[in-house]
Amino acid sequence: MKILVPIKRVPDPQTNISVKGDGTGIVTDNVKFVINPFCEIALEEALRIKESQGGAEVVLVSIGQKVAQEQLRTGLAMGADRATILVLAEEIDSSTTANVLAKLVAQESPDLVLLGKQAIDDDANQTGQILAALLDWPQGTFASKVEFSGDKKEITVTREVDGGLETVAFALPGIVTTDLRLNEPRYASLPGIMKARKKELKEIPLAELGVDAAPRVKTHKLSPPPKRAAGRKVETVQELVNLLHTEAKLI
Amino acid sequence: MAKVLVYIEHAHGKLLKSSLVAIRAGQEISKKGGGDVTALVLGSGVDAIASEVAGHGVQSVVALDDARVKDYVADLHAKAVAHVAKDKGATWVIAAATAAGKDFMPRVAHHLDAGMASDITAFNDDGSITRPTYAGNVLATVSIETPVKVATVRTTAFEPAAKEGSASVEKAALPAELTSKMRFVSFAETKSDRPALGDASIVVSGGRGLKSGENFTTYLEPLVDALGAAMGASRAAVDAGFVPNDLQVGQTGKVVAPQLYVAVGISGAIQHLAGMKDSKVIVAINKDGDAPIFSVADYGLVADLFKAVPEMTDEVKKLKAS
Repeated sequence: MKILVPIKRVPDPQTNISVKGDGTGIVTDNVKFVINPFCEIALEEALRIKESQGGAEVVLVSIGQKVAQEQLRTGLAMGADRATILVLAEEIDSSTTANVLAKLVAQESPDLVLLGKQAIDDDANQTGQILAALLDWPQGTFASKVEFSGDKKEITVTREVDGGLETVAFALPGIVTTDLRLNEPRYASLPGIMKARKKELKEIPLAELGVDAAPRVKTHKLSPPPKRAAGRKVETVQELVNLLHTEAKLI
Repeated sequence: MAKVLVYIEHAHGKLLKSSLVAIRAGQEISKKGGGDVTALVLGSGVDAIASEVAGHGVQSVVALDDARVKDYVADLHAKAVAHVAKDKGATWVIAAATAAGKDFMPRVAHHLDAGMASDITAFNDDGSITRPTYAGNVLATVSIETPVKVATVRTTAFEPAAKEGSASVEKAALPAELTSKMRFVSFAETKSDRPALGDASIVVSGGRGLKSGENFTTYLEPLVDALGAAMGASRAAVDAGFVPNDLQVGQTGKVVAPQLYVAVGISGAIQHLAGMKDSKVIVAINKDGDAPIFSVADYGLVADLFKAVPEMTDEVKKLKAS
């Protein structure tokens, strides 16, 4: 079995994000970059499948600036087998990302593409679904549980949806996108980090793939959201309930 | 001329409020560009829903009634919506950013060769769109560059469409060649007598400060029920395994904007604030007076929640009884 895991480099989710004065981007000075947390969950799931299914090849891919090599190295240290970086200077939208990934899927022929449900920078939540539609593959998004049939040809995905858990099944190849509760990603071990240095990390200029990178969605400006003013502190529960009753008129 | 197709989501024979929000968003587009709004109801036995939608300010309703779309699977659903969109010459396809909307709408965008904007909060006068990014810390102004445009709308950003008019309902058929590679297995509903998190006028959420799942039951739930509220939780509480993920309020969970939001033992991480800061009135109860949650709270109480919450439950009960 071969599993492809796309990895996106994003600002650490614990970072306070601020917008540049001219609205062209976010301030990146002193910002630590990490693997998108949902991508990390996807990678962890791929590694668990590899371990429990008696072998699988886990291939990482990142699209973007060359510095994303750092995140791919981290992924290799966690246990992925090899990685490819598709180098591109400008930002691309979800549909272009899916188009690029589809080219790589054609080259690699994976049985499963495991992605994070969304990247915590643009919060679009589209790439996995567009990729699935492009390939005419089935999808199990927002997965909280992934199980294989005995012959490993079919996959059952439990999904966290509004008001409950939905379960879908489909034959591979297919797409799974991961939600928060699927697993808890491991840390890279020291031997893992040593081994990762020798693993293949291939670099392909995006132009070689022949994808039209013209964005379907253009970003014109970023701005900070309006600030909500802090209210007041109350001293006692009685005072609080009283205010909610008489002033806010909500109870 | 904007021809807007709005996808109507329903469950257990009931129209969801989020669908009315999607209609409102569609109305905004058609008002700005001139045009009309068509509502699309998919499913099996959808006549009643279709008639109900027809009375909510749309110009027409398409009902696609077919046993093959009784149970939701993303691929066939997307093909069916795209089929109707092409048939009607839609220039916009809109759905609420619910779990289903997020799941199948990107596929619709692909079938229509369209650009898609997710989770949008405003249509601006200059034709641009506003949507939150970076867990709500940044608002992006974007435009969709393709002739057909697809969007999901944030359910707290628009009012539900009002009752207005009565449109005609037209039947549509699902072409036989549209098939699915997916199999619906089951839906395990989370049973609750409480209002749904997204619809409730009062939400009480607990955080890591509750310390355990048992404490959610012992301390938080009595307050939730005394207020007739929905229960929510911070991501930290979900990560710690206190409560299931469908209670999570935040950028990676549900975005809510009730009349009253009570945050108990929640410090106020950026990603949590993104999910509730548009609530009308926010109450924070936390023992750490420096917690960031107080910077957005209308009423802040610095107190030990294990004392304050039972006290508040009693006070609320007393007030309601009087």
